[in-house]
Formats: sequence, structure tokens, C-alpha cells
Amino acid sequence: MILLKLFMVFFATGLFTVGGGYAMIPMITELITKNQWLSYNEIVNFIAISESTPGPFAVNIATFVGFEQYGFFGALVSVLGVILPSFVIIVLIAKFFFGFTDNFYVKSALNGLSPTVIGLIFSAGASIAIKNLFGNGGDILSFSNFDYKALIIFLLIGCVVFIKKIHPILIVLISAGLGVIIYGI
Amino acid sequence: MENNKIHRTLFFTFLKIGLFTFGGGYAMIPLINSEVVERRNWLTDKEMLEMLAISEATPGPVAINVASFVGYKKAKIKGAICSTLGVSFPSFLIIIIVSFFLNAFSSNIYIQNAFKGIRAGVVVLILSACYKLFKQMDKKVVNYVILVSAIILSLGLSFSTIGIILMGAIVGIVYGLVARRSENFH
Repeated sequence: MILLKLFMVFFATGLFTVGGGYAMIPMITELITKNQWLSYNEIVNFIAISESTPGPFAVNIATFVGFEQYGFFGALVSVLGVILPSFVIIVLIAKFFFGFTDNFYVKSALNGLSPTVIGLIFSAGASIAIKNLFGNGGDILSFSNFDYKALIIFLLIGCVVFIKKIHPILIVLISAGLGVIIYGI
Repeated sequence: MENNKIHRTLFFTFLKIGLFTFGGGYAMIPLINSEVVERRNWLTDKEMLEMLAISEATPGPVAINVASFVGYKKAKIKGAICSTLGVSFPSFLIIIIVSFFLNAFSSNIYIQNAFKGIRAGVVVLILSACYKLFKQMDKKVVNYVILVSAIILSLGLSFSTIGIILMGAIVGIVYGLVARRSENFH
């Protein structure tokens, strides 16, 4: 039955994709098209739309496909499927994590992980910046695509953040407003 | 904080975070920083980094992993459930609503422009969160080496994130062993 299928497909997706978000696209595309729930183009369009909606991509696409297939309960079952593996695994790890923090190997590994994650965060920020400045937010980078409006917004927000500490939510709203104004010109 | 309050607080805190995270896992970090670390003191900066590393290296969406982790830490399984439901709820609701207006939504020029702006703003947020964490990093040579290597591997060479995290953990262990050994000599 369709609810069970939705649950299983999204459970598998949640279980077998590591690294979040867009890493799950190949697998999820295959499963969705095989079940003929969406066409490949519809999936690509949805990826673009989910850039403009909040929250994890996995939850977004699970909701969308589930809802199209079986309404509210389809969406519910799909979302539960995709978050269940995470939930279970993390709870298990968290249980042991707090018991092992004094272990020499765990401590050393975590010491190595702190600068690693800082580096990854920087790369994430830099690659989004590059994609937006040189690629129209897409994958084809070139100097002719240089988006000077993005640079302006980037610098404006940069100044704001530098001068005064403002809550990220407010920054998101201000950026949205700037986007409408500056790109609307 | 009495029991019921923590569950509600977890739910609403992660509801906020889920509602304003645009563009995936890393965009969540500035919000986690403001809400979970600075406002609620549920995690220290160091714990946040460690939790992020684990969330990136385990299956499933980073946001869900982070929510479950923080929720569990504060209020065990019930807490994990509250925060995970909280972070998923805005997505769930908004996507259902948007699916009715799908075409209008995606071709609306104001919405498109707003999100172009948001993408630029998110970059600033991510980089400033990164800077905050960098300031607190222990300024040892080994840490600089790990940091720069991580950047080169991910940005320059597109190495897989999990691979980089594993390497970081291994380097940490090796360094710990070497440091301990040289201590024993003195």
C-alpha cells in the first residue's frame, strides 16, 4: 500500500545518505522516478523551489512527494520515514557520547574535529559566495556571470553585521528586503 | 526549568530555527549559535563544533541530527522528539501550502529576488559564525594545519565531508598520542 511504500522509500533515503541535503539527490531521484511519483524534471524544479523554502531539503521533498501521493497522511508518513533513522542513531550516539567524553581517544578525536569543522564551515560559506557571485546560484561558473548586485548586498550586510550584533533572523529578513529592492532595479 | 517548560522551549526554539534556515545545514549554524549557544546556553561553542562534526558524519539531514542531539542532551528522548518535531514543522506546513501555489510561487519575481538577497545574507552569517568560532580556537600549529587542510580538501578538491571529518578525528588521535608520548619522556 502506498503509505507503507512512501515510508520505506524515505526511510531508506534517511538511512543511506550521509552529509545531508543535496547528497541525497541521486538516491532520491532514482527512487522517486522508479516509483513514478514525479518526473525527473519535476524533481529538478522542486530542488530549485526548495532553495526558497526553509528547513531541511529531505523534509521538504518528503512532504511534497508524500502530499502529492496521499495527501496529509502521505506527507506525514514520508516525513516520519526520513527523520526516523537520524533520530534513532543520534539518540544512541548521544547516550554514549556523554559517557565517553573522558576517554582519551574520544577527547583527542574531538580536539582534531574542532578545527576541521571550522574549516568546513568556512568552505561552505565560501562556496555559496562563489556560486552566487559567479554562477547565478547555479553550477556554471564564469567571470561573465559576475553578479555585482549580490556583491552589493553581501557588502551591505557585512557592514551591518560588523557594526552591530543583530539576530540572524533579522538579517535574513533584511537580506530578503534588500534582494527585492536591489534586484528589482 | 520544570519539565513541561523545557519540552515546550525545545519545540519552539527549534521551530524558530527550522523556520529561518534557508539553504541547508550550514545556514543553520548562525541560528544554532544565537539561540542554542548564546541565548539558552544549552551548548558551549566547543560542544557545538563537536555536535556538528557528529551530525555531518551520521546519516540523515544535518538539521534533524542537530535537533535530536540538543533535544536529547537537554531532556532525553522526549526532548529529542520535541526538538526534532519543532525543526521539521515549518517545512512540513510551508511545503503543503506552497504545493498548491507551486507555479505561482516559483515564477514570482519578488520571491525570486528576495531569495537571491537571502542567499547573499546567509553567506555573511555563515562566515561571521565561522569567525567567532575561529577566534576561540586553540591557536596551536596543528590546529592551523588541520583547518587549512580541511578548507583545501573541501573547497579546492571537493573531498567528501565525511572523509574530511574522519581525517580530522584521526589526526586528532595521532596528535594526542604523540603529545602524550613526548610528555612521558620529560
